[in-house]
Amino acid sequence: MTLAPAAPPRASSATLIGIAVLVVALALVPTVSQALGNPFLIKIATRIVIFAIAAVALNLVLGFGGLVSLCHAGLFGIGGYVLGIAAAQLDGEVSAALLPATGELAVVLPLAMAVAGLAAAVMGVIALRTSGAYFIMITLAFNQMLYYVFVALQQYGGEDGLQFNAALTLFGHPATGRVPFYYGCVAALALVLAGMQRLIASRFGVVLRASAQNERRLTALGIPPLPYKLAAFALSGAVAGLAGALFAASQSFISPSAMSWVQSGDLVVMCVLGGLAYVAGPVIGAGAFVALEAVLSGWSVHWQLAFGGFIIAVVVTLRGGLIDLVRIAARGGRAS
Amino acid sequence: MTAPLLRVRGLTKRFGGLIATNHLDLDVGHGETLALIGPNGAGKTSLIAQLQGDLTPNGGSIAFDGRDITGAPAHRRARLGLARSFQISSVFPEFTLTANVAVAVQAGAGHSFRFWRDAAADPALVGPARQALDSVGLGGLERRAADVSHGERRQLELAMALAMRPRLLLLDEPMAGMGREDSARMTRLLQGLKRSYAMLLVEHDMNAVFALADRVVVLVAGQAIASGTADEVRNDPAVRAAYLGKR
Repeated sequence: MTLAPAAPPRASSATLIGIAVLVVALALVPTVSQALGNPFLIKIATRIVIFAIAAVALNLVLGFGGLVSLCHAGLFGIGGYVLGIAAAQLDGEVSAALLPATGELAVVLPLAMAVAGLAAAVMGVIALRTSGAYFIMITLAFNQMLYYVFVALQQYGGEDGLQFNAALTLFGHPATGRVPFYYGCVAALALVLAGMQRLIASRFGVVLRASAQNERRLTALGIPPLPYKLAAFALSGAVAGLAGALFAASQSFISPSAMSWVQSGDLVVMCVLGGLAYVAGPVIGAGAFVALEAVLSGWSVHWQLAFGGFIIAVVVTLRGGLIDLVRIAARGGRAS
Repeated sequence: MTAPLLRVRGLTKRFGGLIATNHLDLDVGHGETLALIGPNGAGKTSLIAQLQGDLTPNGGSIAFDGRDITGAPAHRRARLGLARSFQISSVFPEFTLTANVAVAVQAGAGHSFRFWRDAAADPALVGPARQALDSVGLGGLERRAADVSHGERRQLELAMALAMRPRLLLLDEPMAGMGREDSARMTRLLQGLKRSYAMLLVEHDMNAVFALADRVVVLVAGQAIASGTADEVRNDPAVRAAYLGKR
């Protein structure tokens, strides 16, 4: 099984238009939400955008690098705790030697990315020595280690999680309004998508995609795959950390439950559901996942049964994930 | 006399009780085409793999252009100018032919920690890649490597090796699985390349061997039992017994 159907070699204009349409559609949600008088919509959309960032990050290594990582919820959680601990220090409830006491997003988001990226690099150095099922097992083990570390850290709330009341700011302006915060998340997603699209098409992206297809060949050509896979893993972890920090910011709370291995699995499902071959695939996957979760769980406590059926139906009928529907629709529109 | 391009001394490789390479000495001169023949299981592919760095020998030494590379990793050997084409085509199936060869060009163009520019639109990569494809007769074919014929994939292998701007081509059965016509075409292609590159050619197709090789070495059970021109080897009684069949 090849997990990495390489993206089209060139960022075609269709792909870029697709990304733009997606971002504009997400940016319209507050307007629609207001028109419908349904504020719940923004809450769901915020969740979708944040998980989309995490899934796009994971897909760099999963879809393009062929690496099934199950530690991305852990990295997501590290980002969340960096923001949570930094902000909670303003409340005077907790203290941390290594983190500044601040609710300034311009400081704490890059910090969250740096810490998560570093953690990913350390785990990657060990995990990337293996491949296949062993890689999955090692990343799973790392995820569980991170989970239990934060369960054990009683000073940061342990299993109950860490609540903070401090108001977050962006360049000194309050960043707590639901709608402005949402726009900020959409902007972050747009930046991540644009950056990933460039990255995938660059020389670095070529090496990463080539390593997923035939590592032995790449080595024989004179390129050692490991440093490139490690850099991709660290970068992927950093962006997952960004998503985690936004997640913590969105609810003024972070707990170990955000980093359980089930969450790691959910991120993988979002990528596969949306489509591994495209940078924007996981955005569609995250949208479908979070929206269905919200709708179905309102109907029945056994919603996961229906959800499982949906995933099976998508994977069996659309080999490239939900993004195939978009491509089929686009082709049909052009033909008529 | 100058030192040979490739100098192998006492090379030994064991797989458990099986000896694949047995205290082998072998030289390939600058610009020389050396054909390595021998029955199945003689250790030809194992030797190529040790030269390229895929397999680590148990003993002996390999020197390339006067530099000891016995312990050097495969990617470094590739950068020094050792290019291998695999017996079983080994390409990037999801990439187009041009993209496949462009990876080889990229490998020789410094590190690939370049994150911004579109590699598929970079003339420094695409130009030489197209040139290499032209030189093996695959110019203008813009398809995924997974979708081309077996013979075309063999040509692609060669184009990738050439795009590395190698000094020694390690060709592991470039005609494997090809029909007579494709084989003849590949032979002509290699004849054209002979002047520009030193080659170590493993091949079962005797027409190709006799047409291409300056010198033939016969490998049996990991040992070189004969060495000489094609005609000398053809008439060597030990070779006839061991390899060409007892007639």
